[in-house]
Amino acid sequence: MSSFLSASIGRKFLMSLTGLFLVSFLCIHLTLNLFLTFDDSGDLFNQAAHFMATNPFIRVMEPLLALGFVIHIIWSGLITLDNMRARPQKYAYGDSLLSWWAPSKNMFILGALVLTFLVIHIMNFWVKMKLTGDPLLTNVTVGGVEMHNAYALVSALFRNPLYDLIYVLGGILVGLHISHGFWSAFQTIGLSNQIWISRLKTVAVTIGVVFGVGFSYIPLYFLIKF
Amino acid sequence: MADQILNKIYVKVWRQNSPKAKGRFETYTVENVSQGSSFLEMIDILNDKLILDGKDPIAFDHDCREGICGMCSMYINGHAHGPDTEVTTCQLHMRKFHEGQTIVIEPWRSAAFPVIKDLMVDRSAFEKIQQAGGYVSVNTGGVPDGNTILIRQEDAEEAMDAAACIGCGACVATCKNSSAMLFVAAKVSQFAKLPQGKIEAKKRAKAMVAKMDELGFGNCTNTGACEMACPKSISIAHIARLNREYLTARFSD
Amino acid sequence: MSQLNSKIPAGSIAEKWSNHKAKIKVVSPANKRKLDVIVVGTGLAGASAAASLGELGYNVTAFCYQDSPRRAHSIAAQGGINAAKNYQNDNDSVYRLFYDTIKGGDYRAREANVHRLAEVSPNIIDQCVAQGVPFAREYGGLLSNRSFGGVLVSRTFYARGQTGQQLLLGAYSALNRQIHEGTVKMYTRHEMMDVVIVDGKARGVIVRDMVTGEIKRFGAHAVVLATGGYGNVFFLSTNAMGCNASASWVAYKKGAFFANPCFVQIHPTCIPVHGSQQSKLTLMSESLRNDGRVWVPKKKEDAVKLQKGEIGPNDIADEDRDFYLERRYPSYGNLVPRDVASRAAKERCDAGFGVNREGMAVFLDFKYAIQRLGRDTIAKRYGNLFQMYEKITDTDPYKEPMQIYPAIHYTMGGTWVDYNLMTTVPGLYSLGEANFSDHGANRLGASALMQGLADGYFVLPYTIGDYLGNEIMTPRIQTTLPEFEEAEKGVVAKLEKLFNIKGKTPVDHFHKRLGTIMWDHVGMSRNEAGLKQAIEEIRQLREQFYSDLLVPGELKNVNPELEKASRVADFLELGELLARDALNRKESCGGHFREESATEEGEAKRDDENFAYVSAWEYKGINEEPVLHKEELVFETIALTQRSYK
Repeated sequence: MSSFLSASIGRKFLMSLTGLFLVSFLCIHLTLNLFLTFDDSGDLFNQAAHFMATNPFIRVMEPLLALGFVIHIIWSGLITLDNMRARPQKYAYGDSLLSWWAPSKNMFILGALVLTFLVIHIMNFWVKMKLTGDPLLTNVTVGGVEMHNAYALVSALFRNPLYDLIYVLGGILVGLHISHGFWSAFQTIGLSNQIWISRLKTVAVTIGVVFGVGFSYIPLYFLIKF
Repeated sequence: MADQILNKIYVKVWRQNSPKAKGRFETYTVENVSQGSSFLEMIDILNDKLILDGKDPIAFDHDCREGICGMCSMYINGHAHGPDTEVTTCQLHMRKFHEGQTIVIEPWRSAAFPVIKDLMVDRSAFEKIQQAGGYVSVNTGGVPDGNTILIRQEDAEEAMDAAACIGCGACVATCKNSSAMLFVAAKVSQFAKLPQGKIEAKKRAKAMVAKMDELGFGNCTNTGACEMACPKSISIAHIARLNREYLTARFSD
Repeated sequence: MSQLNSKIPAGSIAEKWSNHKAKIKVVSPANKRKLDVIVVGTGLAGASAAASLGELGYNVTAFCYQDSPRRAHSIAAQGGINAAKNYQNDNDSVYRLFYDTIKGGDYRAREANVHRLAEVSPNIIDQCVAQGVPFAREYGGLLSNRSFGGVLVSRTFYARGQTGQQLLLGAYSALNRQIHEGTVKMYTRHEMMDVVIVDGKARGVIVRDMVTGEIKRFGAHAVVLATGGYGNVFFLSTNAMGCNASASWVAYKKGAFFANPCFVQIHPTCIPVHGSQQSKLTLMSESLRNDGRVWVPKKKEDAVKLQKGEIGPNDIADEDRDFYLERRYPSYGNLVPRDVASRAAKERCDAGFGVNREGMAVFLDFKYAIQRLGRDTIAKRYGNLFQMYEKITDTDPYKEPMQIYPAIHYTMGGTWVDYNLMTTVPGLYSLGEANFSDHGANRLGASALMQGLADGYFVLPYTIGDYLGNEIMTPRIQTTLPEFEEAEKGVVAKLEKLFNIKGKTPVDHFHKRLGTIMWDHVGMSRNEAGLKQAIEEIRQLREQFYSDLLVPGELKNVNPELEKASRVADFLELGELLARDALNRKESCGGHFREESATEEGEAKRDDENFAYVSAWEYKGINEEPVLHKEELVFETIALTQRSYK
């Protein structure tokens, strides 16, 4: 098994599986976050957050999710190091076949930027909710159940235009990363062929746009609304 | 058909006397080149001038000059095989360039393809990958009649699409990671589509990928640059098949 | 007087090969391990031979000058490979393939060899299929065939327009398997410089490592040359830039007779020369003549307008087009053999009907086939060739006819070999295009691939045993022997001599001048005065070469100019022999057309009474007259008749 995980296709296989796993997490994450914009009282979002925080399945998945991130990140580093070694001398003229911004060419950089964003994001919310607490994080009662007022924390943060900008950028970066990563994962797993390549690429770009627009929409919503 | 004459162009080319020597770019002028000439004929003209000037001509690989042997290998203005599609360097013509243009020529750059001299690189890594399993294990003689092995036309065509690979290395040269996946995929995929090749398919995929990994090529990021640079337009769908073959082989161990 | 023993086995033509195989020696597996064989060249013949010998258990060492065995010029063959399978139920048979090849070769090939070729041809297809060669298939899954020039049946197997590539990759894969198994040791970027003869037997080679410039010795019990033809003596040809005759030429100088050098094939469908900067010519497959119609304008004034670029081909109405092949040869039409098609094109162009600026081109038109079959069908059959044509000429052949003109393509002549493919030097074999054996004076389309693979897969592996069976007591050949020492010294001396001339003219200039002499006087149409002039001019050119050559770079490094100089030095001698052979053969046959020997209609006229022989030339020293040996050709099975494709 160790030889599989160090083989080129084995490593990429791991990247693909963890990547697709993270995409599935993002789907849920985006859906829940969009609740922020459906109900300005915040009750809907708070209920959803509470459900996620108390659901046993989600509790089990949480460490797995963290593991997924860790593997995805570590292996991307290993692969990138390997790739750099494969061409010690770069071309003077560079590469003019793909445009400089093509996500496929910049997956590591996009990933690293997403990671940076992720750290900020975790510091903003997860750390405060799970570890340190925050003055804004009072308890509210929705439908007779007592829970954190996560909505207050979010809406306060998004009143700061700087954070709005960071979150919009974060959304776009995630979208770009996935617009290549999604179909690439299927290609690496081998679930692709002449016909499906173009279909998968379309799906990947669509998902990328949905994530990009969806995650950007939330801070912009707060910025414009309040 | 009326091809113009390029009065003057500039060629900035990588010069390196031996594998260990330090290389550098040198710029030369080339005059009076017909746009109907091939790119390598332009290099011939330049080399002739260099020899007459008492200089060392540029060493470069070339042979058939009709786009099939896979020997020619120049990275021209940021493109493997230059700024045209579905051609090898020898099929590139000067009508793709304009008066006064500076053309930058570099060798294939990859740790697995060390420079031998100037624009010549050592592609023996490709040989080693093929030797690791790029064959059907049949000896000469004792094989059944050709028509006893029925092959669907679509399968034969798809195998042929993959088999069209000329082993030039443009995929490796172009890939930002210097990955050889398209080359290996072409071979594995050709055999995977044919009943003759299926028998050893698992062994082949594992052996060829292991050899590829050992030789210092990078990993596939599915950018698709390789298929854009490939003079034979080999599709990255074959890479998906290679992945499938490899993964099934590994999981059935 | 003849020292030529062709060793043709007794018996009826159909039994000769079986009889022969039954009688020749076989080496036991234990002894094969002790025997070393050198194979030079890794095209179809070389790769298939090296792989097959390796499989049998011999220790094989193989060499090629390219960076990979797969790049040998067999790879460029486009159209297909013939085999007498009769899959099409069109009354094909071994006999018909044999007959077509003898007739196509204008009755200048050895019957026994050709019959054997036809006999083993079906096995080649089976072998290639088993290796995974993706031949074209019908919808039902069976192998597909197409027709080719000079025959009336469909017996050509193909893999799009890349049949040579696919067959070579098949042989290459078999070779790779043996390299992996350790039975074949492969040296790429190594060029053979000399063959070493010990006690009258070929015992090794001297090679130059083209990366380091190092000269190396290799010993073996037998040496196999599969080094291709000598078409590049004409400078412009469809051969690869590196194709050369040096291996055959050093063998000639060491005692291997050179046969029928004047039999050179000029292929009718090549892209015309575009100017003085041209470095090589590109072939458009003969298969195109299945669906393309060849024509020039009927009216001279149209041709003149085309030459001036005032009108295009599509401006000329159908009734003003002269489909001269269909006119002259109604039964074969556009599918006449190559020599006939080439001469017919030259005749029209010489008469002033050429269609490009230089007046040296004819049209090959697909308009009619596209009307009949649709663009898609034509694209499926010839798409890659059309693409190739458009890249080179910037003209779309779907819309405008191709321009084509004959060019040097293949050499039927080569090292003389007996029925066992052994040269006049014991232990030295010659295979594929390098030998002279099967195509007579003209090769039929799709037969080169067949011959290369027949020799390598199914002939040599049997016949070499007959020689090696006597060598089982011979220990490993030591390369410290004085013969190796001397051969190496000779090679070093040759290279140093070329390198140290330090004149003013790069080697390509000499090569181009040689090419011009050859094309003008020893090309498609030859006469006594021209041939004598050619011999004189080649001698003068050779003198200039040795006084004015300029080879730059270093001896001990990559040095393509040095490689070329060494090859051109040999071409400068071979060209003379070619002209001499053409001068000797006062008849017209196949690719060899002597103006003195033509019918009133301008067709080639053979002279069987005086020239039904193979001319085998023996080297007698530089600037000495070579000696002509004649191997009389005996036609026991097929009656000699004047070829007619009318």
